[in-house]
Amino acid sequence: MIRLFAFLMMIAPAFAQETVVAGLSQTKVSITAQFEGSEILIYGAVKRNAPEPEGPPLEVIITAEGPAMPVMVRSKDRRFGLWVNTGAVQIDQAPSFYAIATTAPLAQILTETEDLRHRISIPRAIRAVGVAAENLDAPSFTEALIRIRAASGAYGMREGAVTLSEDTLFRADVALPANLTEGDYRVRIFLTRGGVVIDSLESTINVRKEGLERWLTNLARQQPLVYGLLSLLIAVVAGWAASAGFRLLRA
Amino acid sequence: MAAMQIYLPIAEVSVNIFVLLGLGGIVGFLSGMFGVGGGFLITPLLFFIGIPPAIAVATGANQVVASSVSGVLAHLRRRTVDFRMGLVLLAGGLAGSTLGIGVFARFSAAGQVDLLIQLSYVLFLGLIGVLMLQESLRALHRRTRPGAKLRRSHEHLLVHRLPLKMKFRTSGLYISVIPPVCVGALVGFLAAIMGVGGGFIMVPAMIYVLGMPTKVVVGTSLFQIIFITGFTTVMHATTSFSVDMALALLLIIGGVIGAQIGAQAGLKLKAEQLRILLALLVLAVAAKIALDLLLQPAELYSLTPMRLP
Repeated sequence: MIRLFAFLMMIAPAFAQETVVAGLSQTKVSITAQFEGSEILIYGAVKRNAPEPEGPPLEVIITAEGPAMPVMVRSKDRRFGLWVNTGAVQIDQAPSFYAIATTAPLAQILTETEDLRHRISIPRAIRAVGVAAENLDAPSFTEALIRIRAASGAYGMREGAVTLSEDTLFRADVALPANLTEGDYRVRIFLTRGGVVIDSLESTINVRKEGLERWLTNLARQQPLVYGLLSLLIAVVAGWAASAGFRLLRA
Repeated sequence: MAAMQIYLPIAEVSVNIFVLLGLGGIVGFLSGMFGVGGGFLITPLLFFIGIPPAIAVATGANQVVASSVSGVLAHLRRRTVDFRMGLVLLAGGLAGSTLGIGVFARFSAAGQVDLLIQLSYVLFLGLIGVLMLQESLRALHRRTRPGAKLRRSHEHLLVHRLPLKMKFRTSGLYISVIPPVCVGALVGFLAAIMGVGGGFIMVPAMIYVLGMPTKVVVGTSLFQIIFITGFTTVMHATTSFSVDMALALLLIIGGVIGAQIGAQAGLKLKAEQLRILLALLVLAVAAKIALDLLLQPAELYSLTPMRLP
């Protein structure tokens, strides 16, 4: 009994007495017509009410994820000599954007069980419940989703991109690409020791279209007829103006 | 200065402004030179720069409205627009376009819309390209050997035997309305699924099927294309929210300027040479799209985000 108590005393600080405090350089991103992407600085510190425990080193994992959406993944196959879509699997929820930054290779600082619980790595962040039942090669569809999104820069893992100084202060940059979907972006910060999450923190970045972009999107969605007619009017006026303008030039 | 990017609100992609203006300009130049709408070029080019196909088709239709308005004004001044024929073609066109929008939505839901668009492009561009090339080569041949046989100018075609005849004064025709309604319907259907005005089908059909005089063909075709593509734009905007106004505006600005320069350049070339060049261009686009269907793609999978309502 005493031995068990002593053991608990030894490991307890590692699990309970280190907490994370953090901030973001901005919590609001405006997508305007000139939007070229945005760099978000995530910084923070580890708060302790006891000296730093011995054992495995402190590691930091930061994730940033865009709004989740269902995605239809289609596969092509050769039919009658043509490459056409033949298979399709619907992924229930896949984040439109997902970036991970860590202090060290993810496999070394996070166990499988912890990954499963907190959905940290890219494959875990994609929810594909019931997919395996409807299609036998469902894993290849999920892999394709990750591969395509990684190639377009929407998904990415940067191991070692978080700088941790004196096991207390950390910082990382997350680059939001220009092709951004609007919505609430969730930022999560995890502290781990020996592959186990000891504390985490969550924050939100609000990504919204602004100005003309906002106005056009709303109009297109809420009053599609007006939007369609306005598009038409612009085309007619532009066509007429070009013709009239060039006639003036030539005269 | 950094590259000038613009975030397209509906397509939700960021594209370089000068790429879009340039694309509009090049297509406008070609369309001004050859007297076609250019939709058959702009839509595939938009696919190549990464615009989602549905948005490329709908926005392509919007762009064709502008180039057709610009073109038809010149024909109105020369009185080479047959309004009555235009309206008959239009009646068929609206029916065809409505059907096309329905088919487009059906194929979209089944995941085969890309195939539908690609096959339509290969089939129609290939067919028209071959016919046009053959015809203009023959014309060139005739010019070099003046003794060759000429096609009779007034033949009794199918259009004279069908019922529901109507007088088309500007074209100098007294023919059944059934063939023009059918031609209009086919073109309207293609406008909806390919994002094109259909001038490349309409013009030869007017000459060879309806027997219209060449001088009123382009003006009349442009006149009805304005309404067909306008209708298609509004239909796509209301059914699939796929018209991107910012994208359309940039293409239009590049396009209308290019078209005016192209029209001037076109005057310096001979008609047969112009037609051979256009035929080769049409065939090149058809061949590129055919290769995409025949060769194994680098990535066998594709993604379609499904929006929550």
